This record gives sequence, C-alpha cells and structure tokens, in this order.
Amino acid sequence: MRPARSWLSLAVTPLQWLVDLPSRMAGEVSDLVIDRRILLTDNAQLRADALVLERRVQQVAALTAENIRLRELLSGRDRIREEVMLAELIGVNPDPFQHQVILNRGAEDGVHEGQPVLDAGGIMGQVVRTTHYTCRVMMITDARHALPVEVNRNGLRSILLGQGDLNEMVLDHVATTADIREGDLLVTSGMGGRFPRGYPVARVASVVRDPGRPFTIVTARPTARLDKSRHLLLVDMPDTRKAESAAAVTADIRKIQVTEPGDGQ
Amino acid sequence: MGNSRSGGGGLIITATFLCSFVLSQLPLPRVMDWARPEWVALVLIFWVLMLPHRVGMGTAFLVGIILDLIKGSVLGLSALSLVTIAYVTHLLHRRILMYPLFQQGFLVLVLIGINQLIFHWMQMAVGMTGNNALFLLPSVVSALFWPWIYIVLNGIRQLFRIQ
Repeated sequence: MRPARSWLSLAVTPLQWLVDLPSRMAGEVSDLVIDRRILLTDNAQLRADALVLERRVQQVAALTAENIRLRELLSGRDRIREEVMLAELIGVNPDPFQHQVILNRGAEDGVHEGQPVLDAGGIMGQVVRTTHYTCRVMMITDARHALPVEVNRNGLRSILLGQGDLNEMVLDHVATTADIREGDLLVTSGMGGRFPRGYPVARVASVVRDPGRPFTIVTARPTARLDKSRHLLLVDMPDTRKAESAAAVTADIRKIQVTEPGDGQ
Repeated sequence: MGNSRSGGGGLIITATFLCSFVLSQLPLPRVMDWARPEWVALVLIFWVLMLPHRVGMGTAFLVGIILDLIKGSVLGLSALSLVTIAYVTHLLHRRILMYPLFQQGFLVLVLIGINQLIFHWMQMAVGMTGNNALFLLPSVVSALFWPWIYIVLNGIRQLFRIQ
C-alpha cells in the first residue's frame, strides 16, 4: 500500500508546489525590491553573528577532541557526527488536529521515515511519510507525538508529549521529588534511537507540585520555531553501519585540535 | 445534455475542482485554523446540484481520493464522506434548487456537517486524537460562503454554457 500511495502522491506533488507558489513569489519580489540600507545592516549583523559562531565552533572543536579522548580512556563508543540535509517547507497540513508540514525533499533525496527534523532552535519533528519528491513531517507538538528527553542540567530522563498545542507540551510521569525547575532546558536523550542525542527540544514553562496528584505536572515550550521556520534540517542518524567512519572523524578533530592555539595537552 | 460543448464543460469542472484543492491547502492566519471553509465539498455540492446527470458519486469518490492524497489522511476517508454528501445532495437536488439561496445555505450547513462528522469519526477510528468540537465550525463558515460560491460558479457555468 505504501509504494502505491507514494506513486499516487506523485500526481498531487505539482498541486503542493502550486499552493506554495504565491508565498515563494512574494518572497522573491521582496528580495528584488529590498532597500540597500537594509541589506547593509543585515550584512553587518550576519558578519557579527558569524564571528560569534566561529568562536564557539573553535571551543566546540577543543571540547569534542577532549570528549573523544576521555571516551577512549573509558573505552566507550565514540559519538558519530550526524549528516544533515537542508530542506524547505512547502506546505502545512490545514487540519488543526494534526501538526504536520510538508518539505521539498523526498525519497529520491534519501529521506526516510523516522528521520529527525531540526531548525535553528532545536528539534522540530520527524518524517512520517515520504513520497518521491516531498516528505511529511509530524511536529513534536502533535497530539500523537512522544519524544524521550533529559533535563540538560542534571540528566533527569522523561518523555515529552505533544498536546496538539504549538506552544505547550507536557512531561510524562515526573516524580514529585524530581529535581526540575522552571527554565530548565530539555534536550533529546537519544533513548528511543530515533533522535540524535543532545539537541535542545523545549524549555520548562511551569512546574506544579500538587500533593493530591501522584505526579508533578510539568509543561514545556518548544525551543524550535515550529510555526515560523521555513528552512529546516533533515538529520541522518548515524547507525552501526557508519561506525567505521568514527575513526576518520576522530582523526579529523585531532587535526583541528593541533591547529588550536591554546592547546596545552 | 450531451451537447457539443460537454467536453469543454468537463475541463471547466476539473478546473474548479483544482482551484478548490489549492484553496483547501492555502495557508491561512492562525485564527482561521478552525474556520476554514470546506472548498472541495462546496464545489462538489454545487456541481451535483447543477449537473446531477454528470457529476455524482463517482466524481465524489475520485475527488475524495485526490483530497486524501493531498491531506495525507488515510486513503478513502474523504472519499467516504464526500460520496455520502454527494448521495444526499443527489437525492434532494430537485428540492434544494427550489429554495432561495440563504435557505440553501442551511442545507449546506447540514451537508458539510455530515461531511465533517464522518471524516472525524473515521479519523478517530484510525487513531487520530482530538477532543475538540470545533471541527464542526467549517460547516457554519461554508454555509456562510455558499451564496457567493453559488453565484460565482453559476456565472462560470452560464459563461461556458455547461449543461
């Protein structure tokens, strides 16, 4: 049934492009008539951002190298770098019961079901259906979505459930004694094996400890801009098949580390 | 019936359905999330009313399957609900055409309501969740849109002499 559906969907793909056309054209027109001054300020802002990010990358390279060394000491498995693919949003499911978006990458580009989707803010969702040239992504706020997370501060694990509300999600079964506070960052724990570990997902918005209830009620707000992002990243989860490339990554990072000025070890 | 322009009429009918597909997918402001008119069902009701000998349950089924592909819902859900309302419309088309436009609006309200109910019941049956009665709102909005849809489509119908 799946392949049949994929072939049939091929027929409606042009329709989806057609729906997206007005907003894409509006974007192009505003690109054409944009003010030179705005471009200059944008440019300056981006340069500044790039500088900040580059500095962070330098730090991260050093930390990654250190991390790998420590893991080697513990003879643990290396973490493998994930590969990403850029995708653009071309449609939104109009059914308000379902939080789904359609992206312009499909099976032909190597997208597969269950693939995690990110934006600049964090995890957005996962691919639930692919056709040849498009794919359908279920967002983390969909009422049917659940995602294993941990509190970044202390590693407390839980499961984050979508509620069908773009701005609110709930943590499932948090013990009344659990150490969790408002403002805590929730990151993916990688427990389900579907999402890569350590990406931000949501920030705790409220913690209600009601003695009449068996569990603490914890709500969280997604860090990704679920209803605003147009450019998204499809992450290819590393699996055991790619384990051999881990060594190459290690060597790669060592090289960076050698060029690092403040390297004392 | 069966005049020389019926082929051209088929093209026009297809074009109106295409427009309704595009409209049904068009992004709307967040407040309109729950109040999106059911364009495809409206266009279907119009053509079944006007051309009951040409547009019927077969067309409704085909249109429903395409709508399912676009929506990403389980294949056949929209087809089922659209075939049902096409059947009811077909059954009542003589009577509905006698009513003034605003009174027709009330019947459209009921028809789209049936459409929404069937679609959402079946959605629940296949595991979608949703505890919100707002899914019936599109029937009200569609009923309000009906007179204009009728006037525009009837204009098109008369312009191309589709019978």
